Amino acid sequence: MIESAILIPLVTIPFVVSLIALALPSNARNTEAWIAGITALGLFILTAMQYPAVDDGGAIRHNIEWVPQLGLNMTFRMDGFAWLFTMLITGIGFLVVIYARYYMSPEDPVPRFYAFLLAFMGSMLGVVNSGNLIQLVVFWELTSVFSFLLIGYWYHNAAARDGARMALTITALGGLCLLAGILLIGQVVGSYDLDTVLASGSMIRGHKLYVPILVLVLIGAFTKSAQFPFHVWLPNAMSAPTPVSAYLHSATMVKAGVFLMTRLWPVLAGTPEWFTIVGLAGMATLLLGAFFAIFQQDIKGLLAYSTISHLGLITLLLSLGSPLGLVAAIFHMANHATFKASLFMAAGIIDHEAGTRDMRKLGGLFSLMPVTATLAMVASAAMAGVPLLNGFLSKEMFFAEAIEHHADSILDTAAPYVAVLASAFAVTYSIRFIHGVFFGKIPADMPKHPHEPPFFMRLPAMLLVLICLVVGILPGQTIGGYLNSAAMAVLGPEMPEYSLSIWHGFNVPLLMSVLALVAGILLYGILKTYLATSEEGPPYFRELKGQRIFERVMVSVSWRWARLLESWLGTRRLQPQLRLLAFIALVAAVLAATRRGVPHPTLSLGNMDLLFTGLWAIGIICAIGAAYQAKYHRLYALILMGGAGLVTCISFIWLSAPDLALTQLVVEVVTTVLILLGLRWLPKRIEQNYDGVSLETRLRRGRDMLLAVGCGAGTAFLAYVVMVRQPPQTIADFFVENAYELGGGRNIVNVILVDFRGFDTFGEITVLGIVALTVFSLLRRFRPAPDNIDSPEQQLLQSRHTARSDESEEAETASIADEYLYMPSVIMQWLFPVIIVFAFYLFLRGHDAPGGGFVAGIAMAAAFILQYMAAGTRWVEERLRVLPVRWMGMGLLVAAATGLGAWVFGYPFLTSHAQYIELTLIGKVPAATALIFDFGIFSLVMGATVLMLIAIAHQSIRKLRAAKLPTAQENA
Amino acid sequence: MSVTLLYWSLTISHWLLLAAMFCCLIRLVRGPRAQDRVLAFDALYVSAMLFLLSLGIATRSPFYFDAALVIALLGFVSTAALSKFLMRGEVIE
Repeated sequence: MIESAILIPLVTIPFVVSLIALALPSNARNTEAWIAGITALGLFILTAMQYPAVDDGGAIRHNIEWVPQLGLNMTFRMDGFAWLFTMLITGIGFLVVIYARYYMSPEDPVPRFYAFLLAFMGSMLGVVNSGNLIQLVVFWELTSVFSFLLIGYWYHNAAARDGARMALTITALGGLCLLAGILLIGQVVGSYDLDTVLASGSMIRGHKLYVPILVLVLIGAFTKSAQFPFHVWLPNAMSAPTPVSAYLHSATMVKAGVFLMTRLWPVLAGTPEWFTIVGLAGMATLLLGAFFAIFQQDIKGLLAYSTISHLGLITLLLSLGSPLGLVAAIFHMANHATFKASLFMAAGIIDHEAGTRDMRKLGGLFSLMPVTATLAMVASAAMAGVPLLNGFLSKEMFFAEAIEHHADSILDTAAPYVAVLASAFAVTYSIRFIHGVFFGKIPADMPKHPHEPPFFMRLPAMLLVLICLVVGILPGQTIGGYLNSAAMAVLGPEMPEYSLSIWHGFNVPLLMSVLALVAGILLYGILKTYLATSEEGPPYFRELKGQRIFERVMVSVSWRWARLLESWLGTRRLQPQLRLLAFIALVAAVLAATRRGVPHPTLSLGNMDLLFTGLWAIGIICAIGAAYQAKYHRLYALILMGGAGLVTCISFIWLSAPDLALTQLVVEVVTTVLILLGLRWLPKRIEQNYDGVSLETRLRRGRDMLLAVGCGAGTAFLAYVVMVRQPPQTIADFFVENAYELGGGRNIVNVILVDFRGFDTFGEITVLGIVALTVFSLLRRFRPAPDNIDSPEQQLLQSRHTARSDESEEAETASIADEYLYMPSVIMQWLFPVIIVFAFYLFLRGHDAPGGGFVAGIAMAAAFILQYMAAGTRWVEERLRVLPVRWMGMGLLVAAATGLGAWVFGYPFLTSHAQYIELTLIGKVPAATALIFDFGIFSLVMGATVLMLIAIAHQSIRKLRAAKLPTAQENA
Repeated sequence: MSVTLLYWSLTISHWLLLAAMFCCLIRLVRGPRAQDRVLAFDALYVSAMLFLLSLGIATRSPFYFDAALVIALLGFVSTAALSKFLMRGEVIE
C-alpha cells in the first residue's frame, strides 16, 4: 500500500510546483526553468524506478475512497502502458523545459508559461494514471483547459487567441461527449473502475447501448487526437510558442486521444462498427494529413499536418482490432513522440535564428547551422521511415498489418494502397522540409542572419534524435522489453508473437517501403518548382479553410441562433416575464399537488377570536386595496401596504413572536421611507383614456386577474395546509431546551441567530453587505427619466411663491426645511439621541429578551434617515460624518474576529458556548462573545441600510448639478 | 371587583380601538385626498399602539409594550416621510 501511494505525488506534484512557479517574479527565468526541470526530471526518475512493479503485466493501484456509494473514488493505477506514457510525458516534458528556457524571450512572462506547462503535465499524468473513468475525464478536461491557456499564451496575438479558442471548443466538446460515453459505460457495467470495465468487454460489446457508447467515446478521442474531421484545431494551435507545440503535439495532448482508444481497446474494439468508424477516420486522416503537409509553407504547419497524418496512422492501426496492430500502434506512439518533438524543437531553433518559418524565405541553412541541420535531417528521416531509424520499424509493422486480411470490407482492401500512398507523401514532405530549409542557396531576404543556437537549446533535440537512432538500430535491446510490458498491459493473455528487428528478409512490407521512398522522392522532384513559390495550403483545398467553416459555425450557434431564440422567446418588457414566471410556478405547483396529492384540511370557524378576525379584516382590505391601486396610484398603494404591514406585525405579537414583530415594525418604517425615496424617480403616471378600453385589453386584464387570483389562492392554501398539519419532530425542541444551557441566553431566537446558527448569520450579513454595495454602485450610474429631472412640482410652486429674485437656488434649498417644516424638524433632531439610546437598549437586551443587533441596526438607521429628512442632505453632511461603508466593514470584521477568536481557544469557528457560560454564572454578565458578534451584525445592518437610503437620497443633489449642466451648455 | 372592572374596561377599549382602526381604514381606502389617507395612516398607527398596550395589560405580557414603544418612537417616521413627500415631492432634499 505504501509503495502504491507513490502514484499520488506523481500526479499532484506538478500542480503544486505549478502554483509555486506562478508565484515567482516574472523575470525569474532561470529559477523557473530550474524548478520545472527538476520536477520533470524527478518525476521521470521516480517513474523509471517503478518499472519492476509494472513489468510483465503487473500494475500499481492506489485507491482513495471518496463517495464509494456512487463509484466515485480517486484511483491511481499504473500498468506497463501507463508507465510508458508517463515516461514519455515526464521525459519529453523535461527536455521541453530546458528547450523553453532558451527559446522564450526575456520579455515573455515566464511564470505563467512554466506554471501552465507543469499543470498541463500534471493533467496528462492524471489522464494516463487514472484507474477511475470519471477521474480520467476530469483530468482529460484539465488537459483541454491548460492546452487552451498554453496555446493562447501570447494572448496579444489574435491568431493565438483564435487558435486557443478553437482548440478549447473542439476538445471540450469532445470531452463532453466522452463524459456522456463514460457515464453510459458506467450504466452498463455498474462501475467506473477501470479494471472492472476492462474485464467486462464482452458485456459492453453485446449491450444495446454499445453503438452510442462507441460513438461518444470516439468523438472524445478523435477531437483530442485531431482525427478527421476534427483535425482543424491542430494547425491553428501552431500559433503557440514552439516548446508548447513540441510538447502538446508530440507526446501529450494529441496522444491522449489515441491513448484512450488503446486503453479501452480491449473493451470496445473488434466489432464491425469499431472497424468502420475508426478505420475510416484513421485512413482519411492519414492520407489527407500527409497530402496537406506537402503544401504547407510554414515549417510548423508542415509538422502539424504531419502530426495529424501520423495520428491517423496510429488510429488506423488501432482500428484493425488485431493484437499485432495494437503493438505497432503503441510502438509508433512512442516513436512519433520522440522524432516529432525533436523536429518541433528544430523548427523552433530555425524560427529563433532565422526570424521566419516560411520555407519560401529559407534555404541553405546547412552551411550556417550544420549541427541543427543534421539533427533535423535525422529526425525527418525517422518521420519518413528511412531504415536504421525508429520510424522505419513501426512503419514496417504498419505495412505488415495493412496487407493482412482483417475484415471483408473495402477499407481493408484499400489499406495497403493507402498506406503506401501516405508513406510516399510522408517522404515527400520530409524531403521538402530538409531540402527547402537546409539546402539550396541562402535567400537574400532572410530576416536574420542565423547561426548555431546555444548548446543547451540543441541538447534536447540531440537527445531525442539519439533515441531515434538507438531504437532504430537496436530495437530489441532498447525498447523491446518496455514495449512488451506496455502491450501486455493492454492485451493481457492475447499477447501476440512478434519480433523487433531491422531485417526481416525480403518481404512485401520492405517492398512497400522501398516503393514509398522512391515514389516520394519522384513526387518531390515533380512538385519542387511549384512548391518554391506556391501559396500556403494544398491546391483546390486551399479555399476550403477549416478555420473559416469553424468560425461560421461558431457565429451561427453563439450569435445568430442565440439572437433568433431571444427574439422568439425573449422580451425586454417586465410584465410578460413576470407573467410567465408566475404562470410556470402555478402550473408546476398544481402539477406537483395533483401528482403527489395534498391533505385536505377542514376549515373550522368555531374557535375564531372575533377581535383577531377584525384586525385581519383591516389587514385584508388594506392588502387588496394596495393591489388594486398599485398601477395608477402608487402612493395610495404604499399607504395601504403600510396598513397591511402593521396588521401583520400585530399578528406576530398576538401569535407570540415578539422578536419578529419588533423587527418587522422597524423594517416597515424603513421600507416605507425607501419606497418613497424611489417613488420620486419613477416616471410620471401615463394619462390614459378610460372610456375606450378595447376588448383585447379587457381580455388581457382578465387573464392576468385569473393568474393572480390563482397564485394567491394557491399560496394561501399551501400556507394553511402547512399551518394546520401536525408538525413532525423538529430541531426546534433542541433549541428551546438548550438555548440557555449552551448559548447562555434566554431569547431563543437571538441565541439561534448569533450562536447556534452563527455561521448562517455570518453568511447572511455578508450577503447583505454585498447587496448594499451593489445598490450603491448601481445608483452611481443612475440616470433619471427625462420627465422627472426637474424639481418636483410642489417645490417649484413653493419656491416661486417665496422666491426673491436676487437669491440663488442653493440658498432657497437650505431654507426650505426651516420654513416649511420648522416644528417637525426640531422634534426630529431632538429625537436623534433618544432613538440612539433606544437602539442601544434593543441591542443590549437582545440576548435575553426581544431585540438584538438586527433590530438595533435598523432603528439606528432610522435615526439617521430622520436627520436627513428633517434638515436635508447638505445640512446633515456638513455636521455629521456618516461613513456607512466603514460601519459595514467594521461589522464584518468584528463578526469574523469573534468567530476566529474561538479558534484561539481551540474551538470551532464562531462557537464556544462552554467559554462564556462560566462568565454568565460568575458575574451574571450576559453572554460575552455572542454580544460582540451581535455588535458586528448591528454595525453591518446599520451601515448597509444607511448606505442604500442615502445613495437614493443623493440623487436629488446630483440632479441639481445635472440640471445646471445643460442650461450652462445652452447659454454657451 | 377591580378585576371585573379591569376586564370589562379592557374588553370595551379593545373593541373601541378596533372600531377606531376601522374608521381609519375607511379614510385610508376612500380618501378622498392624499392628505386624508396619510392622516388616517398615522391614526391607524396610534390606534394600533394603544390596542397593543391594552392587550398587554389584558394578557400581562411585557412583549406588547416593546412593540408599542417601537410604534410610538418610530411609527411617525413613515408618516413624516409621507407628508414630506406630499408637501415637497421628495423625502430627502
